[in-house]
Amino acid sequence: MTFRLRLVPVLVAALVALPVTAGFLGTLLPAFGYLPALGADALSLQPFHELFATPGIGRSGLLSVWTGLAATALSVLLAMLALAAFVGTRALTRVERMLAPLLAVPHAAAAFGVALLIPPSGLLFRLAAVPLGLGRPPDLLIVGDPLGLSLILGLVAKEMPFILLVALASLPRAEPARRTAVARSLGQGRAAAFLFAVWPTLYREIRLPVLAVAAFGSSVVDVSLILGPSTPPTLAVQLLRWMGDPDLGLRLKASAGALLQGGATLAAILLWLGVERCAAAWLRRRLARGGRLPFEAAMRGLGLGAALLPVIVVGLGLVGLALWSVAGFWSFPDLLPPSLSGRTWSAALRSAAGPLGTTLALGLLSAGAAVLLAILLLAAASPLPRRLAALLALPLLVPQPAFVFGLSTGLLALGGRPSLLVLSALHLVFVLPYVLLALAEPWARLDPRFERVAASLGRGRFARLLRVRLPLLLKPLLSAFAIGFAVSAGLYLPTIVLGAGLYPTITTEAVALASGGDRRIIGAYALLQAALPCLAFALVPAIHGLCFPGRRGMRT
Amino acid sequence: MPPAAPMFPSLRLDRVSIALGGRRLLDVDALVPPGAVLTVMGPSGSGKSTLLALIAGFLDPAFSASGAARLGDEDLLASPPERRGAGLIFQDPLLFPHMSVGQNLLFALPPTVSGRAARRAAADAMLARVDLAGFFDRDPATLSGGQGQRAALARTLLAEPRLLLLDEPFNGLDQALRGTVRALVVSLVAERRIPAILVTHDPADAEAAGGRVLSIGAEAAR
Repeated sequence: MTFRLRLVPVLVAALVALPVTAGFLGTLLPAFGYLPALGADALSLQPFHELFATPGIGRSGLLSVWTGLAATALSVLLAMLALAAFVGTRALTRVERMLAPLLAVPHAAAAFGVALLIPPSGLLFRLAAVPLGLGRPPDLLIVGDPLGLSLILGLVAKEMPFILLVALASLPRAEPARRTAVARSLGQGRAAAFLFAVWPTLYREIRLPVLAVAAFGSSVVDVSLILGPSTPPTLAVQLLRWMGDPDLGLRLKASAGALLQGGATLAAILLWLGVERCAAAWLRRRLARGGRLPFEAAMRGLGLGAALLPVIVVGLGLVGLALWSVAGFWSFPDLLPPSLSGRTWSAALRSAAGPLGTTLALGLLSAGAAVLLAILLLAAASPLPRRLAALLALPLLVPQPAFVFGLSTGLLALGGRPSLLVLSALHLVFVLPYVLLALAEPWARLDPRFERVAASLGRGRFARLLRVRLPLLLKPLLSAFAIGFAVSAGLYLPTIVLGAGLYPTITTEAVALASGGDRRIIGAYALLQAALPCLAFALVPAIHGLCFPGRRGMRT
Repeated sequence: MPPAAPMFPSLRLDRVSIALGGRRLLDVDALVPPGAVLTVMGPSGSGKSTLLALIAGFLDPAFSASGAARLGDEDLLASPPERRGAGLIFQDPLLFPHMSVGQNLLFALPPTVSGRAARRAAADAMLARVDLAGFFDRDPATLSGGQGQRAALARTLLAEPRLLLLDEPFNGLDQALRGTVRALVVSLVAERRIPAILVTHDPADAEAAGGRVLSIGAEAAR
């Protein structure tokens, strides 16, 4: 048992590293013209020549870097403002409860919500129509604007809550109560105390997730298809078009482009590291001059605004989706649809049943496997060795196109066919890091004396794990499962590329509607896409309550 | 279960020495006869609890230790924690919050006691012995400090430990309770005829335990 347990970290590391490495090779070789399955077997720079000859390719790359970087910076800034305003107050739990449900909403569903909210004929302009006296939608390009501003908004609405919640989970490590008390007794205001005494430690704890946000934002496909510019689109969207082209020859160019995507993401990350340095230098200078912040009084308001922004954007977005999904005829200045119809839903439910089933199967398989692996891994090594933790975060830091395309090309070259099992194995690679992220902290924080007592009572390792540790950690285990399920259910690019259209999920089907622009069916599909992960999160407290009825010590 | 060669073996700490990063924390050489309590006293940070962790099998890898802890002829340090038969009592009762008081006790009862009724009877008898008769179905979260500590003691004794390791077990109790629980522990140790080590910083505990008192870390404190 102990011997085999020691092998677990190696096996898991291989499980994660192999697909990423193999996928990267599957990108690298075709990028230099080597893809024997297509008759290309001479190394050349031809794919790169073709890539750089594509009109607008430079702008696509810059867009990817810019939107990823801006979304990261804004998300971190807003999360920091909200924390500075609320850490150490009772409102903090309310902020947490308000933002936590947003994690369950998939990126695509949130993006669709934004896409129905902010265009000239959207809910926001309808709200403004009467006071501004608008009779018809103004002539503005908002969704798909050339600077990618709406794409950035869509990303921030999802990533700011993610960063804030990750930070809250790590907050105890930064000893907020003691440090703010000391700083405030030295004359610093609440926000200054947080910024100077707590944030630097806290930021170090959440750095990896922040870098993952930068990597994700600079290579995202689904949100960009829904909200991003189209001529030219961001790099990742351009690559997906080439990969999906019936002309398999475009795969060489797409592979070269995937390497460029790797470069773009690297650039975004490096630029972000530069931002980090500047911010740290500013903090140091400010600190040397005695700290204190000039805008202390405005902090409460700023923090509240920061916390509310994603709630309002996603919340109103969901309301808009729901309204459109039941709307009959609904013309511009009307705030609510004058007539309702169930036609959209009856059609959507009929066509979405299959994809929903596939989503459910992929989610249960990958999240179940991820939780099981996470348990074995943490039982073998908690806290996780730094290098292993970094390796496991690899799929979050390497942009998806850089290795997912390669995996698909490799599968094609080897004559393999996609299957539900292959697909859920790929999902597992993305799900596992999030499950570990959710589970590692509660695992390490459980009072070790419980298991020591169990051992002193003569119970072996396995019984201690099964009968003491896992039941005591049931809540975090269920939450980790729900998070893993939500990640799997929201995965777009890996599902569509490796599934090759044979395994449509609710996510791939919903995103496919983006170009059609039928707001009613988009509303229904986006809500259905959000429904499964929301259900998973809603079941966590319910199941937990059923397992230990009447045990007060288990209520947390 | 290892063979029970002598009926009531003594615990011998044979030149036990614990160091942290090259700094010697403590050196102990002691014999604890069955039914007796060795009291270990010392300032915080002196390594009192570390000694118990070593004997129980949970020494943090940051520490290094030498010497032997023998129960009769058996070297305890060579066995995995669950085979040492070292009952642990901490300052907090640490009853498993997801089980009832009775389930906590049954978890500790060796499988050699078989049959639902027999196991239940054993648990009930032990609860009665620590003045908690009728507490079988109680939620541990509803117990008072003294009740919790007595339930923890009952749980530990049901596992039939071959020695007891008490890590400041009375700290959480107020003065009045302290006396009763302390007397209960001392009488149970004598009754079971097992050796016990009590770590404390309260001289009254040492006095009530009645056995040898070992002061450690005095040099470090000076």
